[in-house]
Amino acid sequence: MPLTTASVPLPSPPPSPTLPRERTKYSSGGWGDTLFKNLTLIFALSILGIALAIAWELYKNSALPRHAFGWSFLTRQIWDPVAEDFGALPFIFGTLVSSALALLMAIPLGVGVAIFLAELAPRKVSSACAFLIELLAAIPSVVYGLIGIFVLVPFMRVYVQPFLMKTLGFLPLFHGPAYGVGMLTAAVILAIMIVPFITTISREIFLSVPIALKEAAMALGATHWEVVRLAVLPYSRSGIAGSVFLALGRALGETMAVTMVIGNRPEIMASLLAPGYTMAAVLANEFTEATSDLYVQTLIEIGLVLFVITIAVNAIGRLILYKMNPHAESH
Amino acid sequence: MQTTYRRRQWMNNTAFALTGLCALITLGILFFVLGYVTYHGFSSLSWDFFTKLPKPVGETGGGMANAIVGTFKLIGLASLVGLPLGVLGGIYLAEYGKGNTAGFLVRYSADVINGVPSIVMGIFAYTVVVLPMKHFSALAGGVALGIMLIPIAVRSTEEFLKLVPMAIREAALALGLPQWKVIVRVVIPTSMKGLLTGVLLDLSRVSGETAPLLFTAFGNRYWSAGWMNPISSLPVMIFTYAVSPYEDWHRQAWAAALVLLMIVLATNVGARVLMRNQVKVVA
Repeated sequence: MPLTTASVPLPSPPPSPTLPRERTKYSSGGWGDTLFKNLTLIFALSILGIALAIAWELYKNSALPRHAFGWSFLTRQIWDPVAEDFGALPFIFGTLVSSALALLMAIPLGVGVAIFLAELAPRKVSSACAFLIELLAAIPSVVYGLIGIFVLVPFMRVYVQPFLMKTLGFLPLFHGPAYGVGMLTAAVILAIMIVPFITTISREIFLSVPIALKEAAMALGATHWEVVRLAVLPYSRSGIAGSVFLALGRALGETMAVTMVIGNRPEIMASLLAPGYTMAAVLANEFTEATSDLYVQTLIEIGLVLFVITIAVNAIGRLILYKMNPHAESH
Repeated sequence: MQTTYRRRQWMNNTAFALTGLCALITLGILFFVLGYVTYHGFSSLSWDFFTKLPKPVGETGGGMANAIVGTFKLIGLASLVGLPLGVLGGIYLAEYGKGNTAGFLVRYSADVINGVPSIVMGIFAYTVVVLPMKHFSALAGGVALGIMLIPIAVRSTEEFLKLVPMAIREAALALGLPQWKVIVRVVIPTSMKGLLTGVLLDLSRVSGETAPLLFTAFGNRYWSAGWMNPISSLPVMIFTYAVSPYEDWHRQAWAAALVLLMIVLATNVGARVLMRNQVKVVA
């Protein structure tokens, strides 16, 4: 802290009888400072310690399956708790596909809302809407799951899935009976849950686009939409990308809502209407039922894989946002 | 010339109409979720829900009194675990941690913890608390939720302390106060409202978490004594009841969802109203 050191060196005071007392007083303040600083430092460093401990515990407690299956754990499709033969591919596949589908829906929707809020809506309406959209992120994931089970699943089974099978049924992506639950349903719920992340960050970035850029486009005769397309969007591209990665990090680790609507079948199916399974969902469903050490540790290894993937995705997102504006505080 | 202009005008109107539609859809979903939960929750809510224990499987009626108390116990425990770490860590970052290695590492690990999926946090609490104790406990659930509190507490504390103008610190230092007293007696009281806001937002976020509790606090159909026994919580009850085959349990899941939503949204909105006033004062 530069505050405590004076920038101009003071002339040393002439020795006087009062000096020793002054010095004790000062050094007692210094003692308190050292104590307080180190106390907060210890608490701060234990945060670092916890982050390391999470990684270490996941690694340490997944030793059995790492020795039993090696790297092929990540590429095998078998999931047989009775014979204790495990492979994580269906879960990795399900996690990646459901999150990717969710992004396909959430990016246009989220960026669209952000454009509306930043460009069209009056300032007051815009901040009120932003407030409401942040509420969407505050709703607990298990409540989304409840809505998913009792509203979205029947809706998908009766309307959306038969419609998709009728119109796009010639594609293997839309084959099969309409269960209601499945990859697509999970992706819809996930999309709703991650839209607020994309919208909130994108809106702030749109609002920070220099007015001169927009005025330049307007002066050339651009319509308002052309201003958005030619000046606002290119300027904010990397910021949007950053928000998308953060949203993806959230989607990959999302547990409850997905578990309740994805159907929980550990197989890789071509159809998006078929049930699937994700890494987070298998942990939620099977962890308390796992009886043998190998089974539990296999689930912990799935947790480790999920941990590594989400950390990497989040790091990329933060790096993009940080590079764009090193002074902005990240969320 | 005329047609190009028309086309561009048309494009302009269509594109903005579409963005408006996006906003309508998103807000529509929010109001639908809130309205649907309120409607179904209210019609299932009864006095019994707040005062009675769950009935055995197969019997109708009963309530979730133990889960409501359990949720608050878990949040209290999580605050004890997470908030001291988060707030003191945040104080370090704001006051001593600018541009040094320790500051960078701590900020980075807070980000990492923030990105850890909640279910993985559950595994961590399972390995460090449940495995050594050999049984599920409220303590394990509190540890899982408490660690989830840390990143936001660190961030919000740091940001709100940074909002305190340098001149105020300099004035206090010039009066001869040692730096730690300046922080404890001047900087923290000045930003108290902001710190409270951050903490409330943080608590509202974790109080709806289900995944970290599934195999730490586990669940309990009776009252849970002390901190070392499995304990029931609203989010886990909602999950258990929602995936069950019983009509009456579904009804109770909606009631629980309404109560949980009230707790979470009241804290969240309250905190943000507080923050709005705070920002006005600072600006």
